Amino acid sequence: MAYTAHFKVWRGDGSGGALQDFDVEVNEGEVVLDIIHRLQATQTPDLAVRWNCKAGKCGSCSAEINGRPRLMCMTRMSTFTEEQTIAVTPMRTFPVIRDLVTDVSYNYEKARMVPSFAPPADLAPGDYRMAQVDVERSQEFRKCIECFLCQDVCHVIRDHEPNKESYSGPRFLIRLAELDMHPLDTVDRRDVAVEDHGLGFCNITKCCTEVCPEGIKITDNGIIPLKERVVDKRYDPVFSVGSLFRKGQKRSAPPT
Amino acid sequence: MATTGIDTPGRAQVGVKTLRQDAWWIQPALVVLGLTAFVAYGIWRVFWGSHTYYSAPYISIFYSPCIASSCVPGADEFAFIGSWWAWTPALLVAWIPLGFRLTCYYYRKAYFRSYWLSPPACAVAEPRKNYTGERRFPLILNNSHRWFFYLGLLLALILTYDAVLAFRDPQGQWGHMGLGTVLLIINAFCLWAYTLSCHSCRNTIAGRLNHFSKHPVRYRMWTIVSRWNRHHPKWAWISLATIVIADYYVYLLASGHLTDPRFF
Repeated sequence: MAYTAHFKVWRGDGSGGALQDFDVEVNEGEVVLDIIHRLQATQTPDLAVRWNCKAGKCGSCSAEINGRPRLMCMTRMSTFTEEQTIAVTPMRTFPVIRDLVTDVSYNYEKARMVPSFAPPADLAPGDYRMAQVDVERSQEFRKCIECFLCQDVCHVIRDHEPNKESYSGPRFLIRLAELDMHPLDTVDRRDVAVEDHGLGFCNITKCCTEVCPEGIKITDNGIIPLKERVVDKRYDPVFSVGSLFRKGQKRSAPPT
Repeated sequence: MATTGIDTPGRAQVGVKTLRQDAWWIQPALVVLGLTAFVAYGIWRVFWGSHTYYSAPYISIFYSPCIASSCVPGADEFAFIGSWWAWTPALLVAWIPLGFRLTCYYYRKAYFRSYWLSPPACAVAEPRKNYTGERRFPLILNNSHRWFFYLGLLLALILTYDAVLAFRDPQGQWGHMGLGTVLLIINAFCLWAYTLSCHSCRNTIAGRLNHFSKHPVRYRMWTIVSRWNRHHPKWAWISLATIVIADYYVYLLASGHLTDPRFF
């Protein structure tokens, strides 16, 4: 059943802006992105919004809906009451370019800092052989669509802009965890995680897990295991002594 | 002065700390209530319960193992600290479960959100201007969770031993059981569930391995611990409740307010 909803959409750019009011038609089965598109088509053709697949797989339409970081294409209008005012703002952790579009280049700068996958030198591409149980932990993190909602909600950078310099955020901590758990990777990423990516900033408040549209258990399966691996190396005497006698190839530090 | 939070120049200026419309404050408020009540109860029992922690054959969890020579007769099985220890014997052991829980990954989430307000809830701005995380003293001490996990295992063993000893009657004869026995068994089970579902346990069992396929037994154990680990917050709260229930029952018996109902 169609009804008219009240929306507040943030309009502006880096120099300033405000929430603007709109009354707009909503039809059964629609998502917030549909309503934003209707606003563009009928009331405000210059409204800037980044979107692509409309299927929750490209990670483009990240925004904050009623204060919660979400994908606009995956937020059903049926989750709101007809009387509810719906506020849509851009992600508030990143600089805004215009309206709902933010500059997320911080994330790409951090991505470049992650040491690449490094298989054994004597193993040629095509000869990789791995058991499923060995790679399935890493595969969970490969579901990431890089919507950067976890980065947006992380209070370490959301509430403290200066920390962006020394902290990479949950998305890249799970990238490090993914590589560190990889059965064919030969690089020890634990020191890098602490020193270059600021693992110690994370205080496990799990907001990244709460907002992940792919349902990745970012904290429990990625960041905490990575912290525990750091504890293995730096703080646990049992493992530290044990590692002196362990057979097999030792992992190396990443290339500088 | 330029802000460094959500109103940092260049970001979308909304003018409020959060636009969330739900009751985001309920969860941190409940955690504050629950944890504060437990801490208050614990302080009362540790500092004012030194004559009501043992009623044969039951011993309070806050005092077990009672390792000071000042422990009451019957509870002094492991006593090796001499009479020079002048304070309550609970202080000699209570730091272990306290440290285990303070450094636990679940409780860290709980108290960072509820007491530190860092953040109070997801996408709700925190009040502080600076944040350095767990990189400096004292919060870097949270990395000692592994040590407390090892000690927690030892403590869980001792509390299981206490539950076994509870199959005696007040005169020390075996083959008896009372309501206190049931409470101590439930408490020991919940503490094992909390300890073994911990993230450090998950890593130690096999999480640190990169080749599960080479360690099938450890991998199998890891899958079981991982399953329990999903319920770690639940066990954290349930075990907190069973500690209070079992301990208060011992207090009621030791202070003469109650007589232990015996089943056989």
